[in-house]
Amino acid sequence: MKIGAPKEIFEGEDRVAMTPDSAVLLQKLGHECMIEAGAGAAAGFSDATYEAVGVKVVKTAAALAKAADVLVKVRPPVDAEIKRLHQGQTLISFFYPAQNKDLLEAANAQGATVVAMDMVPRISRAQKMDALSSMANIAGYRAVIEAANNFGRFFTGQVTAAGKVPPAKILIVGAGVAGLAATGTSVSLGAIVHAFDVRPEVAEQIESMGANFVYLDFAEAQDGAATGGYAAPSSPEFREAQLAKFRELAPEMDIVITTALIPGRPAPKLWTEDMVAMMKPGSVIVDLAAERGGNCDLTVPDQKIVSANGVTVVGYTDFPSRMATQASTLYANNIRHMLTDLTPKKDGEIFHNMEDDVIRGATVTHAGAITFPPPPPKIAAIAAQKPKEKARELTVVEKRANEVALFRKQTRNQVGLLAVGTGLMLLVGAFAPASFMGHLIVFALAVFVGFSVIWNVSHSLHTPLMAVTNAISSIIILGALLQVGSGSWLVVTLAAISILIASINIFGGFLVTRRMLAMFQKS
Amino acid sequence: MAIGIVGAAYISAAILFILALGGLSGQESAKRAVWYGIVGMALAVLATIFGSEVVLSTFGWTLLAVMLAIGSVAGWYVAGRVKMTEMPQLVAALHSFVGLAAVFIGFNAELELGRIHALMAAGTPEAADALNALAGFAKVLAHKTAVEVNILKVEVFLGVFIGAVTFTGSVIAFGKLAGKVDGKAKKLPGGHYLNAAAAIGSLVLLVLFFNGAGIWSLALMTLLAFFIGYHLIMGIGGADMPVVVSMLNSYSGWAAAAIGFTLSNDLLIVTGALVGSSGAILSYIMCRAMNRSFISVILGGFGNVAGPAMEIAGEMVAIDAEGVAAALNDADSVIIIPGYGMAVAQAQQSVSELTRKLRAKGKTVRFAIHPVAGRLPGHMNVLLAEAKVPYDIVLEMDEINEDFPSTDVAIVIGSNDIVNPAAQEDPGSPIAGMPVLECWKAKQVFVSKRGQGTGYSGIENPLFYKENTRMFYGDAKKSLDLLMPMID
Repeated sequence: MKIGAPKEIFEGEDRVAMTPDSAVLLQKLGHECMIEAGAGAAAGFSDATYEAVGVKVVKTAAALAKAADVLVKVRPPVDAEIKRLHQGQTLISFFYPAQNKDLLEAANAQGATVVAMDMVPRISRAQKMDALSSMANIAGYRAVIEAANNFGRFFTGQVTAAGKVPPAKILIVGAGVAGLAATGTSVSLGAIVHAFDVRPEVAEQIESMGANFVYLDFAEAQDGAATGGYAAPSSPEFREAQLAKFRELAPEMDIVITTALIPGRPAPKLWTEDMVAMMKPGSVIVDLAAERGGNCDLTVPDQKIVSANGVTVVGYTDFPSRMATQASTLYANNIRHMLTDLTPKKDGEIFHNMEDDVIRGATVTHAGAITFPPPPPKIAAIAAQKPKEKARELTVVEKRANEVALFRKQTRNQVGLLAVGTGLMLLVGAFAPASFMGHLIVFALAVFVGFSVIWNVSHSLHTPLMAVTNAISSIIILGALLQVGSGSWLVVTLAAISILIASINIFGGFLVTRRMLAMFQKS
Repeated sequence: MAIGIVGAAYISAAILFILALGGLSGQESAKRAVWYGIVGMALAVLATIFGSEVVLSTFGWTLLAVMLAIGSVAGWYVAGRVKMTEMPQLVAALHSFVGLAAVFIGFNAELELGRIHALMAAGTPEAADALNALAGFAKVLAHKTAVEVNILKVEVFLGVFIGAVTFTGSVIAFGKLAGKVDGKAKKLPGGHYLNAAAAIGSLVLLVLFFNGAGIWSLALMTLLAFFIGYHLIMGIGGADMPVVVSMLNSYSGWAAAAIGFTLSNDLLIVTGALVGSSGAILSYIMCRAMNRSFISVILGGFGNVAGPAMEIAGEMVAIDAEGVAAALNDADSVIIIPGYGMAVAQAQQSVSELTRKLRAKGKTVRFAIHPVAGRLPGHMNVLLAEAKVPYDIVLEMDEINEDFPSTDVAIVIGSNDIVNPAAQEDPGSPIAGMPVLECWKAKQVFVSKRGQGTGYSGIENPLFYKENTRMFYGDAKKSLDLLMPMID
């Protein structure tokens, strides 16, 4: 099959859908490649470099359209380009079928098959041809560069001999591919980055890039998994909560980069006029959603304006095109992967397999019929998030009630023990002689002292404690000392042995304790 | 020496002992506290020897001096030679001495009582002279009334009983800790019924003894108590040894207190009660740390398993020294969790060296000590202190548990049950509910372990199968020495 890439006629579009590198790989699939003269010039690929790898350079777009079986483009076709399509021809480009119904019908009327690169489903297998992501990545990077270009200060905080420079504070609204790319770029430039998204599950991704997730405490959280990883429109209440949060942040932020888009709808207005008014002069807003109306009220598509209070609002719609070489390389690779899937046998023959989830999803007209919108893909893009269970916080009243209950229980226990203890003592006292009771008093007090002293012993000293109590318990030697003077040989022998072993214990116990304690040292 | 001076010395000794125990609340004051204990003991012994109650012949003095000398040299020698890792055994062995001494002294009291009664019953002039010539303990006995003698009999009986249980119990604990007796929980057929039967038998003997059955009943009871001590401790698994040692410590104190009652010696009573209650509290603190009731520990083994253990998914992944070194070189914060395996491998010096090297590189290195790590309370602290690990980076479980999620590397050295996530995750596990060190929350966990076997409690450890866990097999000391040169 002959694959042709015309020159983009959209004004300011510098990208091209085929690069010399991708042409080489397409030729390996058995295809023949052609290009309109000068198509790659703006992206830094001269006709000569194409010719060098065997790409045929065709003078005019009309001639190219006539000769090619497959046309690859970046921007959606304009009417003139649609008219040149012919029966059985395949067009691969961005198409936005939801917004371009007329275009879709016109293309169908021409009998062409249209593969819309923006309709590639978001499943793992299709990532290599996900041109929206590859372009958004560039846009996110470029947005930060544009912001830096229009911002009069460093991104990173510095303390220098000539004075202290505060770090720039950046807010990224919408943490899709573009938002995350912008986050990463700003963080690596040294700015303090906050990022917001309506999908709470991206918090982890944001934090992994080194930014702070702006947490919105709102019960109705979106599950991005249900919408194929994209954001869905939010309720008016949620929107209000979101705007309130932004108003809170607006005065602090030096740079705001908005990337909020909802598939198939105009961009939501998130950065209102009053927020712009709150920002400091010299601040910069970069609106990546400008093409779809913009997230900021003041955005003028394709223009850079300065607000009344000196805030620059950048509304360019051609961020990827501003990095045309990089963008063309990536986009051409996306196209090449799409063609690889369309050429399963690698024999230069296109086989349009409408059973394939990816191809079916991206195809919007085929064999004389409009095949948009596609049925939902068989595989869910992202596993559904499990709702996280939150431990219920005890209210103050409940805490108080618990404390009171605990206190009562302790009191009951203590009083109970005291009562039992007193009863036992009375029982003993009723029978025992006074001399015994005297000893019992000493005993009881000593037990109490022991209890209260040991609670304070630090955990790490439990072993020395054991060794020292062991040494002290050999006070039993006193008993043996008192008995060793007996007149009975048996008693003397037993007492002598007791003295022997108790003295081993005394010396051994204390020495070991000393050895242990000597080792404790502070760093 | 006048009786008053002896009393004063006893009061001082008692106060010094209380200060000695109380002083252990801090590392620095503990060093002073030991001296309080030593001085107290010296005061008590000297006051007793030179007091009016000890009247000795020349032979008696010689015997006393020889015994004290032999005992002190032996004690000094053993305590000076023992390795720090053998400390638990030593403490257990020393407990048995106190128990045995209590048994002997109790028997002596009964023998003396019998002798005096015989003299009184004889009624001859020689016997009366002999009665008048009595000194020391015997003299005290001779003046006791009938009720007091009865109480004395109960006290003797109790003292001997507790002493005998302490003696055999400590010997078995020593054997288990030293590895001379199998550490597994073992019971004779009949289990606790045997113990209960022996205890009831002892009670019957007490009644007989009380009613004048003679010394044979005391001797028989001693044998029964020896059996209880043996069988009770044999039935307790090695993992519970810390509690056992401190419990035996408590027993030895109670034995001393009972003997104190027998001898009407307040210092013995006070000191015995102090030691007894402190040991009891210590056991309680430890049981609480393991989330087990004192009863279930004493009754041995892991009594009631609630349900079948959870199936463990995954596999153990091994790693070599280079891998561990690389991770350590990258890490900013490291927590080391030592356990009994470190003590066994004598790896504390290597651990200390590793800590020094990592700290020199500006990394945060801390130690997490579980309350029941090792085989006796505070075991790890002592070993780490011996290896000169500064004690201010050695933290308790409660202090450090919440820091694991922000830690890069957790190194588990020879501990198992105290880092077992099953305690939290598996309600059917025998250790369910026991507080554990949550090391699996660290970004990476390395487990230094000899092989794939289970720990002392014989429970599978799901930690080893976790995705962020790598097994660093081998003897802890050898593994660490291998690791050391690669840290740069």
